[in-house]
Amino acid sequence: MTPQDIRRPENIVAAKPRLLNDNTMHYCPGCSHGVVHKLVAEVIEEMGAEHIAIAIAPVGCAVMAYNYIDIDWIEAAHGRAPAIASAVKRLNPSRLVFTYQGDGDLAAIGTAETIHAANRGENIAIIFINNGIYGMTGGQMAPTTLEGMVTSTTPYGRRVELNGYPLNITDLAARLEGTCYVTRQSVHTAAAIRKAKKAIRKAFENSMNGLGTSLVEIVSTCVSGWKMTPEKANCWMEEHMFEKYPVGDLKNTVEK
Amino acid sequence: MKEEIIIAGFGGQGVLSMGKILAYAGLMDNLEVTWMPSYGPEQRGGTANVTVILSDAPISSPVLNSYDTAVILNQQSLDKFESKVKPGGTLIYDPYSIHHAPTRTDITIIPVEAMEATFELGSAKSYNMVLLGALLKVRPLVSVDAVMAGLKKTLPERHHHLLPVNKQAIMRGLELPA
Amino acid sequence: MKGNEAIAHAAVRYGVDGYFGYPITPQSEILETLEELMPWQTTGMVVLQAESEIAAINMVYGGAATGKACMTSSSSPGVSLKQEGISYIAAGELPALIINCMRGGPGLGTIQPSQADYFQATKGGGHGDYHLIVLAPASVQEMADFVGLGFDLAYQYRNPVMMLADGVIGQMMEKVTLPPMRPRRTDEEIALQCPWAVTGCPSTRKPNIMTTLELDPALMEKHNIHLQEKYDLIKANETRYEEHLTDDCEYLIVAFGCVARICQKAMEEARAEGIKVGLLRPITLWPFPSAEIERLSHQVKGILVVELNAGQMIEDVRLSFNGDTPVHHFGRMGGIVMDPDEVFVALKEKFQL
Repeated sequence: MTPQDIRRPENIVAAKPRLLNDNTMHYCPGCSHGVVHKLVAEVIEEMGAEHIAIAIAPVGCAVMAYNYIDIDWIEAAHGRAPAIASAVKRLNPSRLVFTYQGDGDLAAIGTAETIHAANRGENIAIIFINNGIYGMTGGQMAPTTLEGMVTSTTPYGRRVELNGYPLNITDLAARLEGTCYVTRQSVHTAAAIRKAKKAIRKAFENSMNGLGTSLVEIVSTCVSGWKMTPEKANCWMEEHMFEKYPVGDLKNTVEK
Repeated sequence: MKEEIIIAGFGGQGVLSMGKILAYAGLMDNLEVTWMPSYGPEQRGGTANVTVILSDAPISSPVLNSYDTAVILNQQSLDKFESKVKPGGTLIYDPYSIHHAPTRTDITIIPVEAMEATFELGSAKSYNMVLLGALLKVRPLVSVDAVMAGLKKTLPERHHHLLPVNKQAIMRGLELPA
Repeated sequence: MKGNEAIAHAAVRYGVDGYFGYPITPQSEILETLEELMPWQTTGMVVLQAESEIAAINMVYGGAATGKACMTSSSSPGVSLKQEGISYIAAGELPALIINCMRGGPGLGTIQPSQADYFQATKGGGHGDYHLIVLAPASVQEMADFVGLGFDLAYQYRNPVMMLADGVIGQMMEKVTLPPMRPRRTDEEIALQCPWAVTGCPSTRKPNIMTTLELDPALMEKHNIHLQEKYDLIKANETRYEEHLTDDCEYLIVAFGCVARICQKAMEEARAEGIKVGLLRPITLWPFPSAEIERLSHQVKGILVVELNAGQMIEDVRLSFNGDTPVHHFGRMGGIVMDPDEVFVALKEKFQL
């Protein structure tokens, strides 16, 4: 079989989704963002929703997500994506509206917007990448940074008496009456990726069906911030992150 | 014609709404009007006042330092505004809550026992309408019909059954000034 | 009706798509009146009480990015909170209307009227080189009219517009003729009018991306140059002002908003005493009517700038001309509103009349 043969459409067994364009991603090798971007693009494509999809990008590593997925995007100020999404969905109820945010954006500077959008039950989906660190600015402490975890602003490890506790905002969101679906997933194995994709699809469908706010947390790795190889980062995530942020559904009022 | 009026008293005495009804009546009579309240925490029981200007020409400043007519419902307001009535102007006050009567001699001072009259009428909330009646007797700026039309416009429909009580209060007020 | 109520009625009648706000005195009647009018049942207008001024301005940013006519209103401390979002809206060249019903500051300040946010409104307010078109209403009628004018300008130039009002005009009532009802634009009309709008990407075009981020400084400078060219165009076309008795005046008062009304009465008092005073009221504070002030500076013996602040607009008056015509300031601060007599006294004192 020649390379030309391999590229024939009938021989393709796996391809990147059409909506994921050819721009070179700025994400580090081993970063979870690339995988989640692919899942988002796939789900929108499978739903046939690109003509109605409006995505809100955060400030953080995913700030330029609009460079990679060919749909309409609004770039938000730091933390404000859920407020923007609220207005966009209310003014355009027929649209599929979702935010894509990191832990600093969603759980620190944007806590108020996150909680209140979810509490109003805005018909939006929130994709929440939680890697326990600020990637874009060079590895500072995030609200979700684990106790004892070393970052550039907690060089001796996060100390509770100084920095407080890791914030489990997804648990908080699950308690709000406005949320219909709150789940925590990861993308470090093929099986996990399949589950995460299903979760994203559910969240998007909930948004379209007007059932309230859906939040999909993806517990993620940050190889640069954690200063680990991709493989090591996956193991570390399983050993440490999952203890504080266990994967699974926290709330699903849609499917009893 | 241009009349610059201050109405001043305690918050809750209906000062702002009296001014509002007067302004609306002016509108009904095709006059230019401005209604400028003191606002904020003052509304909650402190002193409250409202400046109403009625004019047949466009009105410039809604903020004034002197007035053609003052309607005064408590001592603090009398102390504050007695000196600000223009010479030759009119000061109407209710002696009920006044300890030191106004003393100026270059203005027309008219005491109006509005609180007493309101007690007699048995409807405490129509105090400001009694005063409005008294004001219109002294200064017939707008017609009673215009006031009733203004009242109808400012009162929510669920309160329209109170219109006759208010009219009665205005009529009583018209009889009060000596 | 009250100035604040007039804004709410005018917004529904203009066909505004969304209002997002957070209560603060002295402008809460705007949100209250809108909630009472329930326009979502008639025109389909969205009205939402946000969790903060920050959320509200970002809702405006998001809504405007989809081409919808969106507005917010607040008073000084709340408008400070909105500044980040306003900078984004200006950077993204989004049409939007922001109302500041000014109260006395700094800090939490007072709830009484002020004009102390002139610098903030006209010089930028948030970060970066940008300008809002700033309209200064002086009557309840203008509160109503400037909603429509504001949105018309905002869409014409793709630029946020600020209506810089104050507690006097917000709270006072006078006669007002409301604009006629007109329907909200349809999604098709919006797509035609705003080809840049983020609406969901049909196969017939490339994705629309509303971003204010550009990491390449060369491209960012290009964007800045484009913005400045647009501002020059606005300066040339949209400078608005009103004059009273300036034809023969020997002294000129420059004042905006409610203070212009107070000064008009002071001018009448002065004229009654034979002092030839004229009044120039800037209607747009940005762009500022510099050319007209320059013209009048050759005619008059002196200019008095009257403001409810320590002297802000006076800087723009002074920058308007190079001559030696004396320019003085008279102001009250912290929520105190001057009366016409004070202005007249100040005029006589400053120019020894």
